[in-house]
Amino acid sequence: MASVNESESRSTQITVSDGALIPDRGEGSIFSAWNIAFFGALGLVILLPVISPEPYLEVIRFVPDGILKTFQVTVISIIFALVIGLVTGLGRISRNVFVNRLATVYVEVIRGIPLLVQLFYIYFALGRFLSLDRLVAAITAMSICYGAYMGEIFRAGIQSIPKGQMEAALALGMSRRQALRLVILPQTMRTILPPIGNEFIALLKDSSLVSIVAVSDLLRRGREYASTTFFYFESYTMVALIYLVITLFFSKIVGIMEERLETGGR
Amino acid sequence: MADSRIRIENVTKRFGTVQAVRNASLTVAPGEVVLVIGPSGSGKSTLLRCVNRLETATEGDIWIDNDRVTDPRGNIRMIREEVGMVFQNFNLFPHLTALDNIALAPRKVKGEPKQTTYERARTLLARVGLADKEDAYPSQLSGGQQQRVAIARALAMEPKVMLFDEPTSALDPEMIKEVLDVMLQLAQDGMTMLVVSHEMGFARAAADKVVFMDNGEVIESGTPEQVFDSPKEERTRKFLDHIL
Repeated sequence: MASVNESESRSTQITVSDGALIPDRGEGSIFSAWNIAFFGALGLVILLPVISPEPYLEVIRFVPDGILKTFQVTVISIIFALVIGLVTGLGRISRNVFVNRLATVYVEVIRGIPLLVQLFYIYFALGRFLSLDRLVAAITAMSICYGAYMGEIFRAGIQSIPKGQMEAALALGMSRRQALRLVILPQTMRTILPPIGNEFIALLKDSSLVSIVAVSDLLRRGREYASTTFFYFESYTMVALIYLVITLFFSKIVGIMEERLETGGR
Repeated sequence: MADSRIRIENVTKRFGTVQAVRNASLTVAPGEVVLVIGPSGSGKSTLLRCVNRLETATEGDIWIDNDRVTDPRGNIRMIREEVGMVFQNFNLFPHLTALDNIALAPRKVKGEPKQTTYERARTLLARVGLADKEDAYPSQLSGGQQQRVAIARALAMEPKVMLFDEPTSALDPEMIKEVLDVMLQLAQDGMTMLVVSHEMGFARAAADKVVFMDNGEVIESGTPEQVFDSPKEERTRKFLDHIL
């Protein structure tokens, strides 16, 4: 027994994810880090326009369609990324050598190239041949990039299901495909929901990159306002605060999902 | 020969350089209950898992009636439909209720109508004494209850053979009896059973034949009385001294 524990403690992994709640000693107290950050940001978003409407209220009036655009890019990209991720994850565990290698190379390549470079590549480089709409190019780049990361989440999720589940399904006469669809994937969904939530938050933040190809998202709208009025400080302050409120809100939701999962769910 | 339901002929299973099963042969007649005993690592579970091809035999042949399990081109799924299996760790599907666990395979594999599968699932749950646990998820059931649901799940496919892989080894002592009672009832109803287990009481009450394996080989076989009370082989005697 002692040796088992020892080897377990030696292989302890440090995982710091991008989106979910970070550990907080003050958790539970009103002055938890999340409460301070979230309600502080929310308070400023409300208070600043009241105190000084001149630029702040103007900014608030100027950016809502940018927020919508940010959500549009994020939600559409995450949906495509989920589909790509599922296919990639299944490819990564496939026993067909060709499919397996193809999926693995895709993940390796995409993870090795910065998202901004992928975005430039699809919009400017491939744009020479394809002349893609900038929104389409942006969503394509985000989906392909995040699809690779999603693929790893699906793979890990599927492989986290005990081997006996597949064996029990096969022993009942199911095909591997049926076993995956009816037995393995439904169980996987529960465990991968939090990491998918984290990817959603990460993608939401990374979606600000699309402003560089002139998609008028939240950041782009803030920049447009700033460059015509020269209220740079005020504009970017509001933009940052709005991003913060949104991502903190979602990270709380993911945190709650994780907690539910840890306490057993049903 | 034709009247054997399971026929294992000179089966060898190698994992890399390790020989888990060496040239093992045994037969189970229709309605017969055969118990395989032996020390851990003796290859008894591996041999059992070869019967529904969860492991592929390296050499030798296995037949279920007239179907050759070991035929690489054969339709293993059709054979598996007729061979139920119960695992040491139950392996119930945790995202489904007891009833759904039992009804899933008949509906999806055999394509039976939903109503038929649920009616049979209810009957089977009642038969293993868990009629009131229809809507319970596996995590809400004790080990003994889970194993009984697992037996009902295997029976729902209406198999002609049942394989049991150490069905009581993962159970607390007070739960072993409830599972053995279900197995005993099944044996009395005439089910053909191949059981890997050390439950002597069950063996004496239900087994027609006991097979002792050691180091991958079938050492001896006979009626429970023969093997337990007057074993022919030294290795069998040593093993029995250990577990009794």
